[in-house]
Formats: sequence, C-alpha cells, structure tokens
Amino acid sequence: MADMTTATPGAPAGAAAARVITYREAVAEGIAREMRRDPTVVCLGEDIGAAGGVFKTTVGLLKEFGPERVWDTPISEQAIVGAAMGAAMTGMRPVAEIMFSDFLACCWDYLANEIPKVRYMTGGQVTVPLVVRTANGGGLGFGAQHSQATENWAFTVPGLKIAAPATPADVIGMMAAAIRSDDPVVFYEHKGLFAAKGPPAPPGHVVELGRAAVLREGADVTLVALASMVPVALAAAERLAAEDIDAEVIDLRCLVPLDTTTVLASLARTSRLVTVEENPYQGGWGATLVSVVADEGFGLLDAPLRRVAGECVPLPFADALEERVIPTVDKVVAKVRDLATY
Amino acid sequence: MKADELLAAYEQMALVRRTERAAHDLFMSGLVKGTTHLAAGHEAIAVGASAALRPDDYVFATYRGHHHALARGATPEECLAELMSRATGLCGAKGGSMHLTKAASGMLGSYAIVGAHLPMAAGAAWSARLRGTDQIAVAFFGDGATNIGAFHEALNLAAVWKLPVLFVCENNLYMEYTPIADVTAVPRPAADRAAAYGVEGQVVDGNDVVLVREAVARLADRARAGYGPGLLEAETYRHFGHSRADPATYRPAEEVERWLKHDPLDLARGRLRALGVPAEAVDEADARVAEAVAAAVEAARNAPAPDPREALTDVWADGGAAWRT
Repeated sequence: MADMTTATPGAPAGAAAARVITYREAVAEGIAREMRRDPTVVCLGEDIGAAGGVFKTTVGLLKEFGPERVWDTPISEQAIVGAAMGAAMTGMRPVAEIMFSDFLACCWDYLANEIPKVRYMTGGQVTVPLVVRTANGGGLGFGAQHSQATENWAFTVPGLKIAAPATPADVIGMMAAAIRSDDPVVFYEHKGLFAAKGPPAPPGHVVELGRAAVLREGADVTLVALASMVPVALAAAERLAAEDIDAEVIDLRCLVPLDTTTVLASLARTSRLVTVEENPYQGGWGATLVSVVADEGFGLLDAPLRRVAGECVPLPFADALEERVIPTVDKVVAKVRDLATY
Repeated sequence: MKADELLAAYEQMALVRRTERAAHDLFMSGLVKGTTHLAAGHEAIAVGASAALRPDDYVFATYRGHHHALARGATPEECLAELMSRATGLCGAKGGSMHLTKAASGMLGSYAIVGAHLPMAAGAAWSARLRGTDQIAVAFFGDGATNIGAFHEALNLAAVWKLPVLFVCENNLYMEYTPIADVTAVPRPAADRAAAYGVEGQVVDGNDVVLVREAVARLADRARAGYGPGLLEAETYRHFGHSRADPATYRPAEEVERWLKHDPLDLARGRLRALGVPAEAVDEADARVAEAVAAAVEAARNAPAPDPREALTDVWADGGAAWRT
C-alpha cells in the first residue's frame, strides 16, 4: 500500500513545546506520554515501528521506546487484536493499531465476541485494559474499503468504550484516559483531521471518557457532532449566525459512555436537535441518541428531531460523489434552516 | 511418570470422566439447559498437559473445555453449578458450559468461537516475555480449528516473535459432524501445517497421559528457554457426540469400538499395574472420585439461582454496566 500521508514527519517529544500541534502528532504524543509513565503500555500494529505508521501517527515511538515496546506485526488483524487481548488479560496495557477502521471487519470476532464479553461471561474474573486505535472516516478519496466511518459498528456491541476525538488536545487527553482505562476502548482517529492543527495539551492532560464538550453556546438549536463532523458543525453554526440562527455545538467526543446528560441539558435551552454524523443514517449513532431524547426529553422539544448523516451507500471514489454521500456544511445549514422555521 | 504421579493423574482423569457423566445425566434430567460439549475421552490431554505445566502458566481452552477447567483446579461443584445455572458456578452462571474459566489458577477461559483463543494465548505468552517472567501459555483446540484463519495468524505471529506458547490440537477426527479428513488438505490437520510456520509439528497418542505429559514437558522446556512456540497434535476420540444434540451416529461402529478399547483411563490403569500399583489403590481413587462428584452434584443442586440483578453487572471493570450518563 502506498504511503497515504502528506505531512512532514514530526518529533513527538518536541511537539509538546510547540505552539501548535497537528492531530497526527498528537496521536504519537498521547501514546508516548502514557508509555513514559507506565512501563506496561506497549504498541503493536502494521508498519507502526520503523515506518512510523502509514499515517505517521506513531513517529518517534520506536526510537524512544525500542523494539521491546513497539512491535511491527504481519498483516494479521486477528493476531494483532487477539494478542493484544491476551496480553491485556495478563498484566499489560497494549495499544493495538488497526490501520484503517474498515479492517476492523477482519478481526471483528475480537471486537464483537471476545474483548467486550470475556469479563462478563467469566463473572468478572478477567479485565481487558486495551486500546484498539484505528484511522476512520472519509473525505480523502480512498474509495469504498478505506473510507468508512465505522464508529457505529462498535456502537452495536455492549462492552466497548468508544472514543473519537476532534482536536489535537483531545487526542492527547482522551488517549491518556483510554490507555489508563481498565476497560477496552476503540479509539477512532479521523483521517480527515490528521493535518488539523490546534493548541498542544498541557502536561498531565486527561479528558475523562464520556464527557461531551459544549464548543459553542447558542439559544436556537443544538448540533451534536463527532470527530470530523465537529468542524463541519462549527462552520455551519457560523454561517447560520449570519442568518440570525444561534446554534449550540456539542462535541460528543465518545459514543460510550454516551453523554446524554449534556445533550439533554442543551435541549432544555434550545429545544431543537440536529445530529451531524458521518456514519450512515442507517444504524448511525444519532439514531440511538435521538431515541434517548425522544424517550426522556420529549417535553423539551419544540420541533422534530433531525439527523444529518452519511447516505446509505458504499463510499464512492470521486470527490464530487463522495461529497454527495458525506455530510457537508451546506447540508447541515440547509437542515438547520429548515428546522428553525418549523 | 512415577507411580504416585501417575496415580494422581489417573484420579484426576477419573474425576473428569465422572463429572462429564454427571453433566450428561443432569442434562438428560433437564437440570442443565443450553448445550454441553463433553470431553469424555479427552481426559489424558488436559491432565497430562497440566502435569507438565507450572501453576503460573496460562491455559486457554475451547467450548469443549470442562476437562481443562478441572485439570487446572476448578472443582466439580464449581463446574456443575455453572452448568446448572447456579450462583455458585465458576462464572456466577453468566458463562455456562462453554465458558468455564478459573482465572485465579491461570485457566483464562473457554472460548466458543472456533480458533479465537489461539491469538490470545500468543498474546499471553508475549506478555510473559515482556514482563520478564518465564511463564508459558497453552492453547488447546480441536482439529476443526486448524482450518480457520486465527490458527494460521497465531502460529505465524508466535513463530516470528518466538513466543513461549504451545498449541495443542485435540484431534478427535471430527470437526463437529464431519470427518476432519474430508475437509482438510493434509493428513495431519495441525502437525502438517506447523512446517509452514517453521514450527516443529509433533504427534502424540492423546489418550496416553504419560506420553502427553512427556511431549508437553519437552515443548514447554523449549518454549521457556526461548526457542519459541511448539505444536502438538494429540490424537483422541470423543465418547459422546459433538454436543448434546448429537448422537454421533455418523461414526462407523468399528471405529468407535476401536477407540473405546483405547480408553485413556484403561491405558493409565494398565500402566499403573505395570508399575506395581495395587488394584486396591486404583479402586480407592475411583471411590474417592465417585464420592466427590456425587457430593458436587448434590451441592450444585441445592445452590441458589443467581440474583437477576447480577445480569446488569460485570460489563465494566467498575463492576457496572452503564453505557451512558
């Protein structure tokens, strides 16, 4: 597979001191911080060592921590995640990389049947403190098998925690929380955000899993987004402001734990909800979120619940086609404008 | 094996056999629901391997795993209570027959997706190496597992990383209902594949507890010394069908008869006789086993059902099941 990155290789150790850090540098920095403080943290995955990851998200780890803590694997997704599970059950905190989230299907048995169930089916005898990191999402023209937003796959399985950060600082803070978690975490890194820049995270930065962030306060409508849809929602909110529609924007950050408290509290102010999801409408995470709102927050609402989500088709290759499938600022603005006049 | 070790192994095998018979009877009387995959006939593999392992080694088994739980120190009462949906079961009745686990003694689970636990065992071995212990991990699996991807991925990774893990195939000639030979390209489903991964593939009479112990001990020593994984194909035979639903009528009568004459308990008795162990000592072992299993059945029968509230515990490490705020 060709190198699919465009960014220059970064030096994670020095990145923290920089005034800005890219999302991709934040991944390596987040892992490195935990590896420095906890010798049981080890990494494994395809091309993560000498190559620094096909997305350059593990640059510098092999050099700093050596081959006993950073392990290149064969193209064997079942072996990668299965071995991570066995290691997690016996005292380690593995961080396994599945290169593209589409490839989670190759080891889905572990995500669906093994990792989330072993604690429960043994009556709590074993603990599985592992992180499965994976590059998720579309918008880069990688076609049907390298572009999917698969966060909703994991969301169908009780027993997995699901993190999907939108900013470099959150990558670091949520990586810390994920690696320190005694529960298994699927950590979605968005391909479309790797080049995004943001302020670096302060030392010791930890973002507790299951805490959504209200990024923009507003009175008229609540937009709830995840990962690459967060900047889309924020851009839509700016455009809507010019039309005197005051949108609140929530970055959900995690799907499990799902911060319904923050969403319901927001709806108490705005009375209107639009989810902004990259995953398909069919089975997307917003369906569960709106069902909770319909069930527990119906009295807060002044308008129907709306979802902007991926079209229910495979991801096409051409830009013009892919933009038709994935939510865009235009689509969000149109949906909110329509809802505001309801 | 010395006479006292062999007698202890015999008693453990008899305990497995008796417990499996009890499980069968309890199922027939409606006290065990779901399904069971009985390991009667496979006793020498679990007991022989266990005799060659250290208490801190790791064992991963399949849904046909009662013998491994018992060989690693689970009591018949804990196992039967689990099968009978009792709160006192090994897994608090959350697992059932297919998921017997005794983590405290290194028996890290019974897995019911074929082949899934082979990479896990490789991972546990990797962990032992990273932590600087000389523990090893052992995955026991059926012949059917040799045709699934996880088997091949695990063998390759274990070989490339030189992991201290043993892969022990319990070849009972049938993958569920179908002869393994009908669906496998090579005669020895596990051992013949080992060469593809630079691993020595060894075959052993899986019904002879002495030979199994010797073979596992040799491979365990190699693995502990850093020479990488071992693969053992242990030939054996099921005394029951694949699962409770299966009367195993597809097996030729003469084949069944031949294997029943090559019974692990009979073989061990013969070896005990040859070592000069008096028949009374063997009878006493049988009597102890009969008494222990009868008491286990009684205790499991009388144990309480799980509290329904337990259904919503143990998902997360904090003991809870909350998926949202």
